[in-house]
Amino acid sequence: MSLHQETVLLSGHIIDSLLLAKVLDTILMMGGTFDLEDVRIGKTREEPSRARIAIQAGSKTLLDDILKAIQPHGAAIEREADCRFESAPADGIFPDDFYATTHLPTQIRIHGRWVDVDRIEMDLGILVDEQASVVRAVPMGTVRRGERIVIGRDGVRIIPLQRPRERDVFGFMDSQVSAERPHGHVIADIAARMHQLRERHRQGQAQSNVLLAGGPAIIHAGGREALAWLIEEGFVHLLFCGNALAAHDMEADLYGTSLGYGLTAGRAVPHGHEHHLRTINRIRAIGSIEQAVASGVVKQGIMAACVRQRVPVVMAGTIRDDGPLPGVITDSVRAQDAMRAVIPGVGLALLVASTLHSIATGNLLPATVPTVCVDVNPSVPTKLADRGSFQAVGLVMDAASFLSELARLLGRPV
Amino acid sequence: MSRLLICPPDFFGIEYEINPWMRLSNRVDHEQAVKQWHGLMRVFEHDVGVTLERMTPVAGLPDLVFTANAGIVVDRTAVVSRFRYPERQREEAHFEGWFRDHGYEVVTLDKELYFEGAGDLLGFPDCWFGGYRQRSDIRAFPFLSERFHREIIPLELVDARFYHLDTCFCPLSGGDLLYFPPAFDCYGQIAIAERVPPERRLSVPEDEALKFACNAVCVGKHVVLPSGCPTTERMLRAKGYSTHPVPLDEFMKSGGSAKCLTLALD
Repeated sequence: MSLHQETVLLSGHIIDSLLLAKVLDTILMMGGTFDLEDVRIGKTREEPSRARIAIQAGSKTLLDDILKAIQPHGAAIEREADCRFESAPADGIFPDDFYATTHLPTQIRIHGRWVDVDRIEMDLGILVDEQASVVRAVPMGTVRRGERIVIGRDGVRIIPLQRPRERDVFGFMDSQVSAERPHGHVIADIAARMHQLRERHRQGQAQSNVLLAGGPAIIHAGGREALAWLIEEGFVHLLFCGNALAAHDMEADLYGTSLGYGLTAGRAVPHGHEHHLRTINRIRAIGSIEQAVASGVVKQGIMAACVRQRVPVVMAGTIRDDGPLPGVITDSVRAQDAMRAVIPGVGLALLVASTLHSIATGNLLPATVPTVCVDVNPSVPTKLADRGSFQAVGLVMDAASFLSELARLLGRPV
Repeated sequence: MSRLLICPPDFFGIEYEINPWMRLSNRVDHEQAVKQWHGLMRVFEHDVGVTLERMTPVAGLPDLVFTANAGIVVDRTAVVSRFRYPERQREEAHFEGWFRDHGYEVVTLDKELYFEGAGDLLGFPDCWFGGYRQRSDIRAFPFLSERFHREIIPLELVDARFYHLDTCFCPLSGGDLLYFPPAFDCYGQIAIAERVPPERRLSVPEDEALKFACNAVCVGKHVVLPSGCPTTERMLRAKGYSTHPVPLDEFMKSGGSAKCLTLALD
């Protein structure tokens, strides 16, 4: 992380004297940014006011210059302590007072130095192994007895998100959800990002992967071809889904139905309800989805595109799954780990038509990853935001329309 | 205000350079300085009717004459200055001694929390203003504000020639303000305008500001100021003040004038 931060306190009669305004203007004019963490305004003229200002700058030199410029105006660098650790008392158990992470960029102070926390994710602990120079967010279940875990709040700071350079829909980083909002410009911004990310991905740059987490409604609604095209054309680099999306995608290829409904005719076909079971059974017999595609049994669709383009797929099972398909991870903690393992390379996340997978993926994503949540049901993006993924842009529309429009903007022939 | 602390200029001279006015080569005519100082005191005693409390001058402390920088006095409490420059830090003990000897409760600030007394803290009964950046440290004001339950609006002094607040800012007894706006940045000017309505702000022209027109002493409706500031005098008279110009150019060589030579005790 190239962001340098220091927190200062300003107190006294700082409002009417315009001292606070002067200090904030100075920070901005010098090229820094700030976050007003706490402002207490005196209730009477005599009572002093107080402001706590977190200052961010792109370099240590700039930060030092800013601090030097504002200190004569009374801005005092907040005295900060090193963070405290305690050993995990047993495997899978954090110390009592463990620090629970947010998904915002986080730093901890060790021996007076601020160190970035790697692999940040909400609701984890922070493991510190000084010998191995490891400072990483870790899930409760994976901690081993004796590992040192950060406790309390001293010496831990979270860094607010900076506005991205791109002046697009992600610049607002809010999750206002409304079916009435026009979708066109949002999808156009997503397409523009995906175009850039494909270039960066081809050049092997970091955090250039586009992740799509989706539900089976993509197939039912008619978004299968558009998504398969996006994968074939190299716009999507990771897929998170469950048993159902994969099963219905391959059912469509083998039987032309999705959950028994003819995708072209639009009505239930005789014994159609058996199709997804027969599909799952067939793939189980072949042994793997990769083999089914390689042997030519499954020719078209999302899964076939993923196999051909070597797009990693993490399939997480649920309690109501049929089969499941080979490759579906039925242990949800293992599934989380498999998803977590590929998150660090993600530069854009599209969460489409799935409450379960959208929220699960949202929980794993750092706040720095631009995220879009698309669902016909407004409660899904709302729920995602309520669970902390405030950076997600909510789009209330059906999956097929979204994917088709996205693919069209990226050059898919209509 | 009826009592002023003063210190005779027996040892006044320029022995170092700690502001843009001071030049070692610009020698003080000592006899003339003594004459001017006594002229000023005469005006205070006879024309204005204040009581003068004399401090004993000390050899080797040429600026002890500028008693405005002794500290500030609020009722029976005195906050003793902490000078920024070592040249004047030796004055602190003498000012502190005078306050103690005269029964004041003495408050001292942390070391390195520079605060140059009534040179940098001035105001109206309900609102004080604190000059900072050149000499006093802004961090002194929250402490003083809490100690005396007064609002203190900090004002950055942006022109080194106006190195103390009392060189460019003079609150008058009727709620008027004599000041030189360019000595402050736009934030300071707005903050002043928020507290003092336009009809009460008397803006001194630059040539008179450079003669320290704002380094004036206001007692009731009397204003004692350096001579050579006719525009300022006109503005003051139009507001009903009696003006008393006094030649003090020997002290200007050191960057001080009427106000710097006095400290209001009550």
